[in-house]
Amino acid sequence: MTPFDYIRPTTIPEAVAAAAEPGAAYLASGTNILDLMKGGITRPRRLVDVTRLPGLDRIEKLADGGVRIGALVRNADLAHDTDFARRFPAIAEALLSGASAQLRNAATVGGNLLQRTRCPYFYDVASVCNKRDPGAGCEARGGDTRLHAVLGWSESCIATHPSDFCVPLTALDAVVEIEGGAGRREVPLESFHRLPETTPEHETVLEPGELIVAVRLPAEAAGFSAHARYLKVRERTSYAFAVVSAAAALRIENGTIVEARIALGGVAMKPWRARGAEAVLAGAGPDQAAFRRAAEVALADATPSGDNAFKIGLARRIVTRALAMAASGTPDRMPALPASPFALMPGVLADA
Amino acid sequence: MPDIAIAQAPAQSRHGSNIGQPLTRRDGILKVTGGARYAADHHPPGMLHAVLAVSSIARGRVTFLDVPGAKAHSGVVEVMTPANAPALALDPDAKLHPFMFRMDLLRNDRVRYANQPIAVVIAKTLEAATEGAALLAPRYAAAPARVGLDDAECFVPPAVGVGNPSVLHRGDVEAGLAAAVARIDATYETPPQYHNAMEPHATVAVWDGDRLTVDTPSQGLAMAQARVAELFGIKPESIHIRSPFLGGGFGSKGMISGPQILAIMAARLVGRPVKMVLRREHMYGPVGHRAPTRQRLRLGTDRDGVLTALEHHTRTASSTFDDFFEPASDISHTLYASPAIATSYDAVRLDTGTPLFMRAPGEATGSIALESAIDEMAHACGMDPLAFRLANYAETEPMSGRPFSSKALRECYAQGAERFGWARRPLAPQQMRDAAGLLVGWGVGTATFPAHMFQGHARAVIRDDGTGVIEIGAHDMGQGAWTALAQIAADGLGLDIDQVDFRSGTSDLPDAGIAGGSAHTATAGMAIHGAGTDAITKLAELAMSDQRSKLFGAGNAGVIARGGRLFRRDDERRSESYAEILVRAGLVQIEGRGQSASDPTAQSNYAMHAHGAVFAEVKVDPELGQIRATRLVGAFAAGRVINPRLVRSQYFGGMIWGVSFALHERAATDPRSGRVMNPNLGEYHVPVNADVPSLEAILVEEHDSHVNALGIKGVGEIGITGTAGAVANAVWHATGARIRQFPITLDRLIVPGC
Repeated sequence: MTPFDYIRPTTIPEAVAAAAEPGAAYLASGTNILDLMKGGITRPRRLVDVTRLPGLDRIEKLADGGVRIGALVRNADLAHDTDFARRFPAIAEALLSGASAQLRNAATVGGNLLQRTRCPYFYDVASVCNKRDPGAGCEARGGDTRLHAVLGWSESCIATHPSDFCVPLTALDAVVEIEGGAGRREVPLESFHRLPETTPEHETVLEPGELIVAVRLPAEAAGFSAHARYLKVRERTSYAFAVVSAAAALRIENGTIVEARIALGGVAMKPWRARGAEAVLAGAGPDQAAFRRAAEVALADATPSGDNAFKIGLARRIVTRALAMAASGTPDRMPALPASPFALMPGVLADA
Repeated sequence: MPDIAIAQAPAQSRHGSNIGQPLTRRDGILKVTGGARYAADHHPPGMLHAVLAVSSIARGRVTFLDVPGAKAHSGVVEVMTPANAPALALDPDAKLHPFMFRMDLLRNDRVRYANQPIAVVIAKTLEAATEGAALLAPRYAAAPARVGLDDAECFVPPAVGVGNPSVLHRGDVEAGLAAAVARIDATYETPPQYHNAMEPHATVAVWDGDRLTVDTPSQGLAMAQARVAELFGIKPESIHIRSPFLGGGFGSKGMISGPQILAIMAARLVGRPVKMVLRREHMYGPVGHRAPTRQRLRLGTDRDGVLTALEHHTRTASSTFDDFFEPASDISHTLYASPAIATSYDAVRLDTGTPLFMRAPGEATGSIALESAIDEMAHACGMDPLAFRLANYAETEPMSGRPFSSKALRECYAQGAERFGWARRPLAPQQMRDAAGLLVGWGVGTATFPAHMFQGHARAVIRDDGTGVIEIGAHDMGQGAWTALAQIAADGLGLDIDQVDFRSGTSDLPDAGIAGGSAHTATAGMAIHGAGTDAITKLAELAMSDQRSKLFGAGNAGVIARGGRLFRRDDERRSESYAEILVRAGLVQIEGRGQSASDPTAQSNYAMHAHGAVFAEVKVDPELGQIRATRLVGAFAAGRVINPRLVRSQYFGGMIWGVSFALHERAATDPRSGRVMNPNLGEYHVPVNADVPSLEAILVEEHDSHVNALGIKGVGEIGITGTAGAVANAVWHATGARIRQFPITLDRLIVPGC
């Protein structure tokens, strides 16, 4: 391990100042960055430990009905907050489908947004990778690409963003609160992550030193609580990243979809909001034909980046299924296997 | 030195003999309290840390290592490279017998596989050694890597497995196929797999002059001792290897590996104790793996669904520099009756580490292909797959014609099917759905594994306080040897288990043979049994020839040993305690020796195998393709069961591995570089708890008077066989899709482009 400075500031301005130095990185629970450092994938010269910063570990209900989630709130604490899970069930379900219980107990909200891709060529330091070494090339191309991106990828990078949590957050118009040297700013989560284009090393809009202090959900997001699901297909029943996942949330009034929200995970280097598909559903009946149309639109621009054409068809089916699950209503209890196809309740259209 | 003091009395009361009792692990308390010291838990004074630098290319030469750069790093003490690595007494590429595997021990700059050790950095701290290894920044002259089963010229290996013939046949397969009413011809592929024992290979080596103490996990202490002795040119008795506990081995710790030897070399180079623990990714190369296979099966049947021919051909791979050929076709020698059977192999040499024994080597790979093919053949005949297996039940070993020493496979089929509810299975696929609309499928597979036995030795002592000692350098890989062997020891000495001091797990104890081939309980158990019998015989002779003894003159009637006393066989009122006999004779203790070996006459007269039947239920999402093995029932007959609790655990472990084989495990090798791209437990998938929601193992009674006097067969590996095929067959039954490439992943199940 390369020697590095370890700084543990006690105020946000101190943290921002400390992290503005070149080569600095924030450390929260370290569920990702410590592995990256051990593997020599990233070599920060300075770690700024934010876990002692005050006031970032709260889940606050806002006066306007929204909710503000501190950046240091643990994934498990958020998922098991009864009021939060009731109002934002798809988010709780996504959180509980991620990683393992041990990791969820440690991992933070801010860290989840900033976790790095699981592309094996990013982790294998003997492979060239434009994220690790800008301009070096992408060795994932032409390699083992079964699980790589089908949307928003470029010749420079075909990796995906692995988060579950970010998928329903994006669907529900979450906003990221950022503290930086120039003060506080807010960015919609949908615009927070950047597609690779020619600069895949820039994964978010954060400037050096900028710190995520909270993620906010608007009051309207709770309006979907009766019809909100997260569905995650993976290669074992638990402790696996999504092959493809989808969050679906509907507002249904008098048998008509008033508003739909759809986002996909595991398909691109960012949580993929499917606004075109949402538009297809506005005013439609909650039926299989409409869901299929929406899925077609959601994946209209998808192209394989390697041996992964199956993900496009799979993603269509997942969008269709997630919408059907959402339409049939949020279950009263969190399924024993959250977000799993094996958590299906009787009555859900399984073979439609 | 007595490192291990397992004084915990078992939690249950015991009725009658020790053998057969479901005792909990005697080392369980030590393990859950952290008191069980594994190799890496040792920290002798002055110890340094060593970290491997490994090759990132699969083929070529190392042209540069920044040794000064690494040595300049604070805390780095030495960098071991081909330039300064200690001389060895034997070329590590020498191969004097098939159980010698070639190692890369820094003899030259050549690279033969990715993750090959190319240097060792020795430092005061693990962190400094790790950074030192990174600072070496190697450069290479790389050659193109040969990665896949079609990437190199193929040849017929002279032998497969351990000296098994690579071509064997009985009857005329082509004639059998020509005469058949129904035929199948199918090709199956299995990927490279890695052992991934939870405990990485860890070594703490301490030299004292020419004496060497090594803490390192071993499934074969005496063989490791001999290998180290010949490499360093010292006497085996100068080497003390301690391996009381292994965090799994699965074959990767059967023969001491290159990295373990490098740690010993590093300690010699710096003249201080050295510890080296492999990083997880370093286990994907120099410590063995299961080679990929491509297996073609051609089967034919007559109008009654009786096999007329069975041909099983395997293409596999070894390294470019050593020979291990996964004997996948051999399973077809023993399982199904057919008048014509032919097995054959060809192989390629790839730029990988040498493949090695990995839990059920050959049987696991062969079983999933054969059981799939049998299922396909049953379907082609329009028969229930269990009925088809019964119609082709082998009354004698098909290839050799020998009778089985015992074979309760019919009972396994019957009990497993009954428990599983097999009779309700619809013949056609895609007929069952659960309440949530998931596809449900049921499959069956036959399990089989040979009943091996190796040579082993043990020493028994009865002391004048009436207690006993058993000494044997046996190996507990996690399977429960500390408990099961102690049960055999207690019965062998006629004592309660807590009256026996059972000593095991170090190389200064009698050689227990290798803990492999599912043969350890039989091998070590028979040696222990023999040693106990020998000690009891001597004690009885002492008593029967002593006029002061109540047993004097028992002579031909003889005595039996029980509860620390000898009883006259024809009059149990006449008995005497061990202590009384020894004290009166003025002896502090009496010693017995035992040794085990397979009986060559029985071996040539009988085919010896354990058997089982595994029934699997899977559920598959009809559109999304995600698969889950929701219910498994296995019924196994493996001779005498020493400890049913531990045996059941072994079956569970094997069955879970079978699920893993069918649905999860795959080393993703980059086709260009030859590097394994998922060398970690996050991405190299094995089942998690949620993947095995319901497991049941039935212990089918079986008595075998031929395998050994205790009637023990092995249970360690059989669980994978049968299960993997049963799961694959259940996937077909659920979906109607026959996936012949393993693992069966969802992308292979869903229809593309929909």
